[in-house]
Amino acid sequence: MQHEDVRDFHWYVDKAMASLVFLGGISAIVFIIGIFLFITREGFAFITQSMDIREFFFDPAWRPTSDSNPTYGAFALIAGTASITGLAVLLSIPFSLGAAIYIAEFAEGRTREILKILIELLAAIPSVVWGFIGLSIMNPLIIDMFDVPVGLNILNAGVILALMAAPIMTTIAEDALKAVPDRYREAAEALGATRWQVTLKIVLPAAKHGLMAAVLLGVGRGFGETMAVLMASGHSINVPDGLFDSVRALTATIAAELGETAVGSEHYQALFTLGILLFAVTFIINLTADLVMRGIKRS
Amino acid sequence: MSDSPPTRIKEIEARKLSVHYGRYTALSGANLDVYRNEIFGIIGPANSGKTSFLRVLNRMDTFTPGMHFEGTVMYRGKDLRDWRNLYALRRSVGVVFPLPVGLPLSVYDNVALAPRLRGVRAKAELDVTVEKCLRRAALWDEVKDRLGALGSLLSGGQQQRLTIARALSQEPDLLLLDEFSIAVDPVTTMRIEDVLKELKSEMTIVLVTNLTQQARRLADRTAFFLQGQCVEVGPTSELFSDPKHEKTQAYIEGRFG
Ligand SMILES: Nc1ncnc2c1ncn2[C@@H]1O[C@H](COP(=O)(O)OP(=O)(O)O)[C@@H](O)[C@H]1O
Ligand SMILES: [Mg+2]
Repeated sequence: MQHEDVRDFHWYVDKAMASLVFLGGISAIVFIIGIFLFITREGFAFITQSMDIREFFFDPAWRPTSDSNPTYGAFALIAGTASITGLAVLLSIPFSLGAAIYIAEFAEGRTREILKILIELLAAIPSVVWGFIGLSIMNPLIIDMFDVPVGLNILNAGVILALMAAPIMTTIAEDALKAVPDRYREAAEALGATRWQVTLKIVLPAAKHGLMAAVLLGVGRGFGETMAVLMASGHSINVPDGLFDSVRALTATIAAELGETAVGSEHYQALFTLGILLFAVTFIINLTADLVMRGIKRS
Repeated sequence: MSDSPPTRIKEIEARKLSVHYGRYTALSGANLDVYRNEIFGIIGPANSGKTSFLRVLNRMDTFTPGMHFEGTVMYRGKDLRDWRNLYALRRSVGVVFPLPVGLPLSVYDNVALAPRLRGVRAKAELDVTVEKCLRRAALWDEVKDRLGALGSLLSGGQQQRLTIARALSQEPDLLLLDEFSIAVDPVTTMRIEDVLKELKSEMTIVLVTNLTQQARRLADRTAFFLQGQCVEVGPTSELFSDPKHEKTQAYIEGRFG
């Protein structure tokens, strides 16, 4: 057969599809940049003109609606978000890792499948439902158990957020464990290692980057969560010094206040500045998770 | 081919051993004995059930879905199925797979793993074991300056010798070698063969090999497997000089397989 050098149908389809998927990929970048530009533009005037950086980061007084002297201290909000997210991560790490190890290393057949489905269901529960659980179940429970006047606080929001972050962390951690090839498990078991020894000595070290990424993505999830936190945290501006203090989160502040401000006002712009902060932190967390997952390893 | 006759204690006693994968039968009705401190060779073409036999000996059927065996296998006087601690059985049986698996640990940790699993903590003791096992596996000179490098990043042949060192670090009573020389060059193969001859005094060795000459060089007794049957077992010299079955003769003369 004579093979001629002509651009045939398949050649054109290949080029067309390559450009199409390229556009798809590019559009993701375009959207990210677009969103970033939008938030920055709205918050920019505030940052350059009226923002006092010291006040913003270190003053707990968030009084945007004060007639005489509005202040924009975000310290209490940052502390609120940090404390809730911190507690949530502390609570969900052991559960998620435990669940992931059980599913990937110990559970078999049906049990494993059912567990995976349940965990995916857990991930699909809308955040307003979690907020509702915080308000109507956790709230009275905390009041009863710990004999405190209010049950909407760091503990409540932290537990709710832990439950919300756990499915994601579990799923990603399980993927990381599953990515460790079975031949390693077999080789170690052939040496006489027990399942637990195999998990501890071989699988966990081999999967450590993926596991770290799982935790980071859980943190990112908690950090950006709004509705459930708004409902369960008590939403009061407060630098906390205990688990039973009500706090207010960055996200919840934006959600609750943005609708009531005049577009372009100082308050409006300050909220966008909070948005920039959130965006930056989430971006950094996700980027770190991504880099870790790719294994920027010890050299 | 050793001059000193092996002791006549039976280390392995397989009776009517059949191995199945689902409904497929890989080995059927094998009867054979392996004596303590001998090298027992198994030869035969691909897919004749050699590996399956080894997999039974350290109970790898438990993590191979669908695999099960019938009949009895006595190991050190005790039915394999009666071992109450499977992990202890596997610690007693060292295995070298045909496709080497360097664990994603450092070279040192690969070899120190088995001693650590049984509770050895002292660094000095581990150092001695690691060096001894790597020397015996003819790998020491190549890796002594990079014991911290990842074992899974060594070359194929080096990983193969690493798995040999790892199996030796178990201080096994029974060593199972499955076509260990596939990825190893001839010179190194000869060095390892010399080590195996020495190791005989410490353990029993079952050597599955696709090189009939290797069995001839090393094995005290040899079995010929063909299509899931153990066709013939006997002292190596007899099996090679005066095979009882025509198929054995054909195989060792290289007329098939
Ligand atoms: N895990 C498995 N599942 C299904 N069949 C298998 C499995 N392992 C081996 N077999 C089959 O069992 C037969 C014997 O295999 P094996 O014992 O590996 O032979 P050998 O080591 O002599 O080449 C082969 O036909 C092979 O395809
Ligand atoms: Mg084989």
